Amino acid sequence: MATHLLRRRVSQILSQAIPCPTSPLSVGRAFSSATAPIRATLFPGDGIGPEIAESVKQVFRGAEVPIEWEEHYVGDQIDPRTQSFLTWESLESVRKNRVGLKGPMATPIGKGHRSLNLTLRKELNLYANVRPCYSLPGYKTRYDDVNLITIRENTEGEYSGLEHQVVRGVVESLKIITRQASLRVAEYAFHYAKTHGRERVSAIHKANIMQKTDGLFLKCCREVAEKYPEITYEEVVIDNCCMMLVKNPALFDVLVMPNLYGDIISDLCAGLIGGLGLTPSCNIGEGGIALAEAVHGSAPDIAGKNLANPTALLLSAVTMLHHLDLHDKADRIQNAILNTIAEGKYRTADLGGSSTTTDFTKAICDHL
Amino acid sequence: MARRSVPILRQLLTSPSTNLTPTRSVTYMPRPGDGAPRAVTVIPGDGIGPLVTGAVEHVMAAMHAPVYFERYEVHGDMKRIPQEVIDSIKKNKVCLKGGLATPMGGGVSSLNVQMRRELDLYASLVHCFNLPGLHTKHDNVDIVVIRENTEGEYAGLEHEVVPGVVESLKVITKFCSERIAKYAFEYAYLNNRKKVTAVHKANIMKLADGLFLESCREVATKYPGIKYNEIIVDNCCMQLVSKPEQFDVMVTPNLYGNLVANTAAGIAGGTGVMPGGNVGADHAVFEQGASAGNVGNERQLEQKRANPVALLLSSAMMLRHLQFPSFADRLETAVKRVILDGEYRTKDLGGTSTTQEVVDAVIAAID
Repeated sequence: MATHLLRRRVSQILSQAIPCPTSPLSVGRAFSSATAPIRATLFPGDGIGPEIAESVKQVFRGAEVPIEWEEHYVGDQIDPRTQSFLTWESLESVRKNRVGLKGPMATPIGKGHRSLNLTLRKELNLYANVRPCYSLPGYKTRYDDVNLITIRENTEGEYSGLEHQVVRGVVESLKIITRQASLRVAEYAFHYAKTHGRERVSAIHKANIMQKTDGLFLKCCREVAEKYPEITYEEVVIDNCCMMLVKNPALFDVLVMPNLYGDIISDLCAGLIGGLGLTPSCNIGEGGIALAEAVHGSAPDIAGKNLANPTALLLSAVTMLHHLDLHDKADRIQNAILNTIAEGKYRTADLGGSSTTTDFTKAICDHL
Repeated sequence: MARRSVPILRQLLTSPSTNLTPTRSVTYMPRPGDGAPRAVTVIPGDGIGPLVTGAVEHVMAAMHAPVYFERYEVHGDMKRIPQEVIDSIKKNKVCLKGGLATPMGGGVSSLNVQMRRELDLYASLVHCFNLPGLHTKHDNVDIVVIRENTEGEYAGLEHEVVPGVVESLKVITKFCSERIAKYAFEYAYLNNRKKVTAVHKANIMKLADGLFLESCREVATKYPGIKYNEIIVDNCCMQLVSKPEQFDVMVTPNLYGNLVANTAAGIAGGTGVMPGGNVGADHAVFEQGASAGNVGNERQLEQKRANPVALLLSSAMMLRHLQFPSFADRLETAVKRVILDGEYRTKDLGGTSTTQEVVDAVIAAID
């Protein structure tokens, strides 16, 4: 009985941790009831992508989730309409379905085309990357009490890609912060905190050195904070934040930050809970588009060998279900995953076990 | 009880089996018989600064170290560092700094950054290591983070393009990247370090960090005995948190260095104990390794609970820089003994002592 209560409590904590934006961001979307299937775009990706995507499909079938997958693959020729290997049809599909799941994609090396992630981001206007990081009960790392969400501004900042060589041996790179993008991500962060019952939002910055750029970001965050008086708002310098995260991650709740800091901090938090193989992630775009993705690499060395860990993609798929308001299905699948990992009998190689992908997936289906 | 156990511990620790104090004889003496101590500029600074620099002066006096301190008052809200302070540092070549708090967001450019630029202190070193007796979640940490200190994201070149759109320039030059890479490899060579890792984000910032990496690679070819590898900064932070033993010396541009140094300091025991310094071709300024913006923490100041260990270890680095290795070793051994004891520790290390108590314990532990 104790485990039952523990499970309930865990699912309570976890359902709070998963993004499920409501009213202002899921505008004009008529999601059908549990009877008619919802269409979602699926990008299996490269390397281990197809195997773990198969895993997701199996689990969803086992849980009887009313989702119809539209699969799209990365082409092998550059599509001139998108200037990348992603075809226009794939992007249109995501725009139409408003929800998608993406596996790991390897960016081909070369010039003359944009990286795949960059293409998706720019075309779908995915402005916020949400990564809930919570310690998985049953998988022990050095940190047990991590329960935080990192929300990272995804479009501008240091990753604008605007660099040039001034003279030989001198390179300049531009970091751009705009009021519009900062307000947008701050709004999302506070809205998320409110709808998930989170108490504190911390803005991470380096405004003592980069006074105008991070100063503008902070000003926007402060403006939005005034509209949500019930949520505590604080500002933390990034070096202080890094140090506090490694000493005592329980101090943080929701973190909102510009692009570069967000990249580093979200990966740091992923490291605290056990690595990218276990971290879900969701990109939110204008108009309520949500593209959940697995942030790990495509691991070409274990591709096709049935050794991959599908947890990250499965947990991201769960965030997608929350976004679609299919909360009970999401909770069922999530509990199944966590119980499987907690039990310890079926674990893939990266978690220290020796099961194959198919065994692990079957164990999850059995737990449903 | 501590007073009774210290001499026993000292005996145990100086027994031949566990020799903590290596004996290195000094034969190079520029002016023997002079007895003149070296002058060192000291800037107490803001917040806990005066408390910890006072602690260092106290300990140095107790050790009869051949240094004397010239104190100058500088505060974080001044517009510029006074010229007399800069002249003093240029004369003495070595400075010890408490900490200067930079006011947030408002038009004052950071005095720390100003000082580094004026004196051309191009390398910032933070040595993060597990102190014996101080239990942390990670073991086997011994990382030196060497961070480029003058350019990069901290160039301070920002402007508002139109209202609501701000640009900040990150500048990377071959000259500075080469300089810091050379420093890092030479440091590794002279200090018997096996590996240098360059931290970057060249998959996104291809030209800027690409230039940094190119310089590192060129210098690496001149040191075939030292292993060189590269790691992307987000992966680096993740690895630091899970497997820190794989890192040895890390060389980074300005901003990543700040984050990596603070993360490494956090996993190895906290910013209260990590020594560090800013080194240039002619001058060196030693301060607490990674301060994590805690300089203006008033609560610590009121209760006089600031941790002096970091600045004490940095002053040991300073003594080594001034070529007084045996004083440096004695000071370090004394500090490590106090930490190992566990009796006198400030709040950030889990104890309840005040700064003065820790200083007294260190003085008592010096032999």
